[in-house]
Amino acid sequence: MDDLYRELILDHYQHPHNHGEIPGADISVEDSNPLCGDKIRIDLKLQGDTVVDVKFNGKGCAISQASASMLTDEIIGKTLDEIKTLDKQFVLEMLGIPLGPSRIKCALLPLKVIKVGVYGVGANPDEDEDES
Amino acid sequence: MTQPGLNISAIREDFPILQQTVHGKPLVYLDSAATSQKPETVIRAFDTYYRTINANIHRGVYTLAEEATAQYEGARKKIQKFINAKSFREMIYTRNTTEALNLVAQTWGRANIRAGDEIVSTLLEHHSNIVPWQMLAQEKGATLNFIEVDAQGQLLPEQIASVITARTKLVAITMMSNVAGTITPIDAIIARAHAVGAVVVVDGAQSVPHMPVDVQALDCDFLAFSGHKMLGPFIGVLYGKRALLEAMPPFLGGGDMIREVHRDHSKWNELPWKFEAGTPSVAEGIVMGAAIDYLSGLGMANVRAHERELVAYALEKFAAVDGVRIVGPLDPDARGGVIAFEIPEAHPHDIAQIFDREGICVRAGHHCAMPLHEHYGLAATTRASFYIYNTPDEVDRLIATLKKVREIFKTQ
Repeated sequence: MDDLYRELILDHYQHPHNHGEIPGADISVEDSNPLCGDKIRIDLKLQGDTVVDVKFNGKGCAISQASASMLTDEIIGKTLDEIKTLDKQFVLEMLGIPLGPSRIKCALLPLKVIKVGVYGVGANPDEDEDES
Repeated sequence: MTQPGLNISAIREDFPILQQTVHGKPLVYLDSAATSQKPETVIRAFDTYYRTINANIHRGVYTLAEEATAQYEGARKKIQKFINAKSFREMIYTRNTTEALNLVAQTWGRANIRAGDEIVSTLLEHHSNIVPWQMLAQEKGATLNFIEVDAQGQLLPEQIASVITARTKLVAITMMSNVAGTITPIDAIIARAHAVGAVVVVDGAQSVPHMPVDVQALDCDFLAFSGHKMLGPFIGVLYGKRALLEAMPPFLGGGDMIREVHRDHSKWNELPWKFEAGTPSVAEGIVMGAAIDYLSGLGMANVRAHERELVAYALEKFAAVDGVRIVGPLDPDARGGVIAFEIPEAHPHDIAQIFDREGICVRAGHHCAMPLHEHYGLAATTRASFYIYNTPDEVDRLIATLKKVREIFKTQ
């Protein structure tokens, strides 16, 4: 009935990829969306500069959880510099669904958390980009 | 099922916004706990004000200013009668309920709360009736304690006496929860607070728009509420007992709140203007009168009766849907027209989004009540709230859409 909840999104929501935790992760970050209280934690395992494993954990809506599931698939095998180039447009195209301003925040939460992990807390130069 | 006192289809015709479709479906507005819709008379009152008498109030000697002042002060008296306050001097206009509560914290609170004192709030409160007291307690070295709730969102009766003690100086309590809908045992709490010498600040944001409220019968010391939740404009009101207001230091300094200003000191204006520094929201203050007229015309007992019937009907329909968790009391006599719920399959944001596609406005999130959600282990809930223009048919559409959500989210 709804473009927003097409099968791909629901499938990632109900059967998320890379869900869980990495004990002894090299990078581990958690953040929340203050509007809805959604929380997400992301663990990254690195080999040199390359992400070799990633797991996420958290509570959230279908959009934020599907975004996390798909985004974690995308970043495995990427270097930290490559991850730094991922932007809002990348996430929106990855999800492939029309999102209003309130739901864009849900879609971008996982990327925001990953960026905090990659750049270090408070050092993300793209931070304001989320405020659409 | 509607009360003989209220003709809902006639009421609906008074609300232009309800006559539209959203995403091709007739609009169903179920978010009046956040802000209510406005009747034609309120909308027209704004138009009339700006077209005919717009002027800054007080001290203008020309006709427009005198008329604007008369209407502004006239609306204040209508609100005074609406909540049965003794004097218009006890009625202070603020920006919203939040500012009204902060006014009490910053003035009465800073002048009277000392290290070691206790302030009591409850787990049912909106953040606006927690955070100002937290800030005050931190500043003064006082303690903020909470009356807890049971599984049905009722305040634990035995804690009224055990949490409100001889050390309690102020009790901040809602009359009706904006999440659980709980109508609190306000009389018992005020009686206990006064017995120990504490002042009671009542958050009436959800009660004043939806049920008869009489401040003299309640004997509360302060009552805060918002115009925009009761068919009116975005403005707030603080009622305070005159003796308390007289003794309190002012809130904001500036024009209008003074009688005399000298290089080294000032003298404060009389009540209520002592607490109204600067140019107020003149149009909003005046238009509040139109909202009060509309509600008074309906009768607040009729408003409450209609919402009680509607919430009873909705609770019955929700109960027929498997696996729905309702926050708050299941007895319609114990709650107002607010239903927050959770279903296992879908997050409130997704629920609200699908409702929107059906033209239904509901709210998703923690509704500014994180401590209550935390207590129940809920990250967020979806909330439907009713007012005078809502109908049983709209409840049916709410339930039908909820079933649709479950269909979409059933595990594949």
